[in-house]
Amino acid sequence: MYRYDEFDHEFVESRVAQFRDQVARRVSGELSEDNFKPIRLQNGVYLQLHAYMLRVAVPYGTLNSQQMRMLAHIARKYDRDYGHFTTRQNIQFNWPKLEDIPDILADLASVEMHAIQTSGNCIRNVTADHFAGASADEIADPRPYAEILRQWSTVHPEFLFLPRKFKIAVIGAGVDRAAMQFHDIGLEVKRNAADELGFGVFIGGGLGRTPMVAKQVRDFVAEADLLSYCEAILRVYNLSGRRDNKYKARIKILVHETGIDELKQQIEAEFERIREGVLKLPDEDVRSIEAYFAAPAFEELPNESAKLEAAQAADPGFARWVGRNVSAHKAPGYAIVTVALKGTGEAPGDATSAQMDVLAGLGEAYSFDELRVSHEQNVILPHVRLDDLKAVYDALLAHGMASANAGLITDIIACPGLDYCALATARSIPVAQEISQRFSDLDRQNEIGELKLKISGCINACGHHHAGHIGILGVEKRGEELYQVTLGGSGDETAAIGEIIGRGFASDEITNAVETLVDTYLARRLSDDETFLEAYRRMGPAPFKEALYPPAPATEAA
Amino acid sequence: MGTLFVDLDQRDDPWISIEGEQPVPDGVDVIVSLDIFQSQREELLARNDGRIGVYLEPLEPVSAIAGDLDRLSVVALNFPSFADGTSFSKARQLRDAHGFEGEVRGVGDVRIDQIGHMQRCGFNAFVVENDATIAALSKGDNPALHLHYQPAADETKTGPGAKRWARRALD
Ligand code: SF4
Repeated sequence: MYRYDEFDHEFVESRVAQFRDQVARRVSGELSEDNFKPIRLQNGVYLQLHAYMLRVAVPYGTLNSQQMRMLAHIARKYDRDYGHFTTRQNIQFNWPKLEDIPDILADLASVEMHAIQTSGNCIRNVTADHFAGASADEIADPRPYAEILRQWSTVHPEFLFLPRKFKIAVIGAGVDRAAMQFHDIGLEVKRNAADELGFGVFIGGGLGRTPMVAKQVRDFVAEADLLSYCEAILRVYNLSGRRDNKYKARIKILVHETGIDELKQQIEAEFERIREGVLKLPDEDVRSIEAYFAAPAFEELPNESAKLEAAQAADPGFARWVGRNVSAHKAPGYAIVTVALKGTGEAPGDATSAQMDVLAGLGEAYSFDELRVSHEQNVILPHVRLDDLKAVYDALLAHGMASANAGLITDIIACPGLDYCALATARSIPVAQEISQRFSDLDRQNEIGELKLKISGCINACGHHHAGHIGILGVEKRGEELYQVTLGGSGDETAAIGEIIGRGFASDEITNAVETLVDTYLARRLSDDETFLEAYRRMGPAPFKEALYPPAPATEAA
Repeated sequence: MGTLFVDLDQRDDPWISIEGEQPVPDGVDVIVSLDIFQSQREELLARNDGRIGVYLEPLEPVSAIAGDLDRLSVVALNFPSFADGTSFSKARQLRDAHGFEGEVRGVGDVRIDQIGHMQRCGFNAFVVENDATIAALSKGDNPALHLHYQPAADETKTGPGAKRWARRALD
């Protein structure tokens, strides 16, 4: 993985020193909250309902064990012993004291981490496929490009005060595990007819109040032109994006109002002007960044493991976990493990310091010192030998992290909602917990099969509800929490926005409503292989509507 | 009325700003709004007793004056609020796309924490209204980091061992 050089170290350290001074001025009263706010936001510090919140970047979701241990240390020393992994491959600490934040940032800097640009109207932490560098279906590792983008976008002087926040995701396979088409810029690493590396470029995706699937602006941009093309997009957006209404300020609205063809012309004109300039990436520079992400020294192993097979035969719980939480690796004899931070009744994405330490230890012992954070709020051990899967499972089991539910209905994405978030209109964690309890029977979950359920506590959609096969949005109506249901959304390569199915449900009805939807699907699917999403796409909303809102029995005329 | 800093040094402002219906006086250096510039372009460009500058609001594009830049000495770009960063890109257009070598001044809600970013985008003068910023600049304080990950309008400043695209100016 990427290692800081002297420059990176000096940069992050001087940034911490700068912020320490600013916090001191805030604490002494010299800086008003008004003047301090833009400064703290640029350092990832939010003011929540009950306390400050610090959002730490995990660039493209990649961590080593030392970094994971530092997150555990921060949770223990400065917070209430846990952290929350978010849908943007970040981790949030919910209870730090403002005076402690400079020390936390200094601790982070010591392990090459920071909180720069995790908030504010700037280019945010660049995200990537959490299986990057490991997955069997990969064309190229997206992380070197994400790292190049991270460097270019870090305190880019021109783009710190954009009309609105700006999110970039990079994927390296045809399968999209990073919801790339719901980003302001989505990049898909691919090869052209001449076998050269480059990117399919998508712009204007996003969730929130006005959800939109991104539009493809370029089928292929050469590798060398990555930064020039992105800078052209950002410049056009910064010049023309709306600033009169914050709900219309994302680039998706500009795409929608200007039209992709007209906007593409502007982007292409700017790109032509700058493409032969300083941003052109020399091949040797890309290769030198790529070298940081070189595959670890995999052993030459057979593609099967007798040890694994024996363990599966002896332990059905383990076999089930392997079936759900283990994915194909590109190196024979290895596998990718998804650790679902979604135990029955737990808050999705929360991990205690003890759990983080265990994960760090497992990464060190069994995964070449590497861990990943996924946008689905899980932690990944990307490079585990098939022979070691049982040992990893046993350790996870001992620490309550062996839920065999990856991709199933209880692998819920949920935002913090009204329990923490100042913008929330409803709670989301308790809803997730209740659904997770209702469906806790693993046999039933497996019978249902792949089903992505996503919950947001307000229209900002941090819980990606529009992209859920079943999406739940908490709203407030006359002082009551009400939950609106959308169906048919998807965040993969067949990206789609869920459709609202009808009137919302009270908090004590929503779990029943989900159960009704699931039962309707089970009763009507063509076979066990037809997933919920496929069945919905085949049948449309009608049968689900009927089941949720049965017509009142007609009263007979006298 | 703000305080003018050119290259971070405080100066008396020789320029008179003309807006609205006000007639353009002879014999002085004037900065006019885009409206005035467009409606009186011929007379203004024919003047030979005083220099001309144009003031642009965020949504008034650089292209509106691009053809006349060689006759202009100043382009003033407004920041109606520090959070409106449109003018950062316009400064870069002036410098990089049009090669404008006159003064690019930032006016409006110009704050100390942004000065360094503005300089990197091509601004070389600031008309500052914010008291804390005036105080800091007068003392010679500029808290900007001197380490940069990327080239901007200041791309000639190169750090040791720098990659071109990841220019690491250590000035
Ligand atoms: S969706 Fe709303 S409630 Fe949930 S985290 Fe985002 S802003 Fe907060």
